[in-house]
Amino acid sequence: MLRYIYANDLHKFSDLAHSMFVDRADQFKTRLGWDVAVDSSGEERDEYDTLNPLYVIWEQPDGSHGGSMRFLPTTGRVMVNDIFGHLTDGVSICSPFIWECTRFCLSRDASSKVAGALMLGGGEIMRNFSIDHFVGVFDRRMIRIYRAIGSSPDVLGSEGQGRDQINVGLWEFSPGAYDIVAQRSGIAPEISRMWFDRSFGGPTDLPMALSA
Amino acid sequence: MASRINLDRILKILEATSSLEGIQDVIEKVRDLFEIDHIVYHWVDSAGDQYGCGTYSDEWVQRYLEQEYLRTDPVITGCYQRFHPVDWKRLDWSSKPARVFLDDALKHGVGNQGYSIPIRGPNGQFALFSISHNCDDLVWEKFTEKHSRDLILLAHYFNRKALDFEPDRAPEQSRTLSPREVDVMTLLAMGYSRAQVAETLSISEHTLRVYIESARFKLGALNTTHAIARAMSRGLIVV
Repeated sequence: MLRYIYANDLHKFSDLAHSMFVDRADQFKTRLGWDVAVDSSGEERDEYDTLNPLYVIWEQPDGSHGGSMRFLPTTGRVMVNDIFGHLTDGVSICSPFIWECTRFCLSRDASSKVAGALMLGGGEIMRNFSIDHFVGVFDRRMIRIYRAIGSSPDVLGSEGQGRDQINVGLWEFSPGAYDIVAQRSGIAPEISRMWFDRSFGGPTDLPMALSA
Repeated sequence: MASRINLDRILKILEATSSLEGIQDVIEKVRDLFEIDHIVYHWVDSAGDQYGCGTYSDEWVQRYLEQEYLRTDPVITGCYQRFHPVDWKRLDWSSKPARVFLDDALKHGVGNQGYSIPIRGPNGQFALFSISHNCDDLVWEKFTEKHSRDLILLAHYFNRKALDFEPDRAPEQSRTLSPREVDVMTLLAMGYSRAQVAETLSISEHTLRVYIESARFKLGALNTTHAIARAMSRGLIVV
């Protein structure tokens, strides 16, 4: 199932959170060889994890991490403006309707449907929070995966070669795009909405009806 | 749309404001324009000092402070340190203190519906822009669906103004347009279509939309037309 968790609530899901940061170390340090910091407990974290980002996490049946991504609003500090400004024509991307998506990570044991499920979670965020675009930082391998799950970004700019290649790309929300991602993910939209409501509180008219 | 024009006018007044009284005046104008019961804007600056303005009755504001509702108000606890807009129905009202608070808020005319937009500024600054009203769920859903985008922009523009009041504040880099954004806005002002601008600059229309969106927000405008007008009146683009 998908969970949407702000960093300051990760302690309520400590096993899940730990396995996410360990899987990030495995993907970004071990497999991609990126220059990222891994601490003594094997977790990869960077300074953007300290800005209380929102994580979307696929939880495996055994409670461990299957895949995840991290969101921050571009109205605050984000990687794409701090580090990759030269890949966006020097435009500092800043709008409450554009969120940054980084550290898209898949565990080694994740089934092929996890990437699609995560992208569907991205679609829920866009639909529910009036977000028009995500701007993301991702490795070259992800381009193929994004295509397979029916959600190819527009690549704004790239640098590096081979597994070192880093891309900045854009996703745009449209109801049609949501339907395609939902279909490819094999997850019914009702289920996706249920997961979303479980994390953010469902629309309930219980206490507010006091005045009715 | 007439209301858009009026809202743009109000935003210009907000921009020219240099006092808290000015913000209070603008918030009342916005409330009247949207024809809702209340708007409240509340922020905590980087030194931890709190400010607020809004349309709640003095009695309710006093009551809120006396009862220290800041500790139990689900709107505060549910929005603090977050950054997504929240319909009050999605908050957790299940605890006893939350229900007591809700009952009191309803008695003081806050309204049975609400929508809040949390904002994080630099250096730990935090703000909350909330609207509330008395109506049924369907009416509220339609209202927030129709106006959420303008309200989100307003919330950020209010916050931008509040940040201007912070002492010793360094000028904000993020509000200046990059050369690329100047190119985009200049071509649009010259009457180029989006497709023509994208082709001229060798970027996709999708990328162009993001550049326009960024420029619009930096210029403090509600839409592209207003953004172009502002860029021209400030001399940022010359056509």
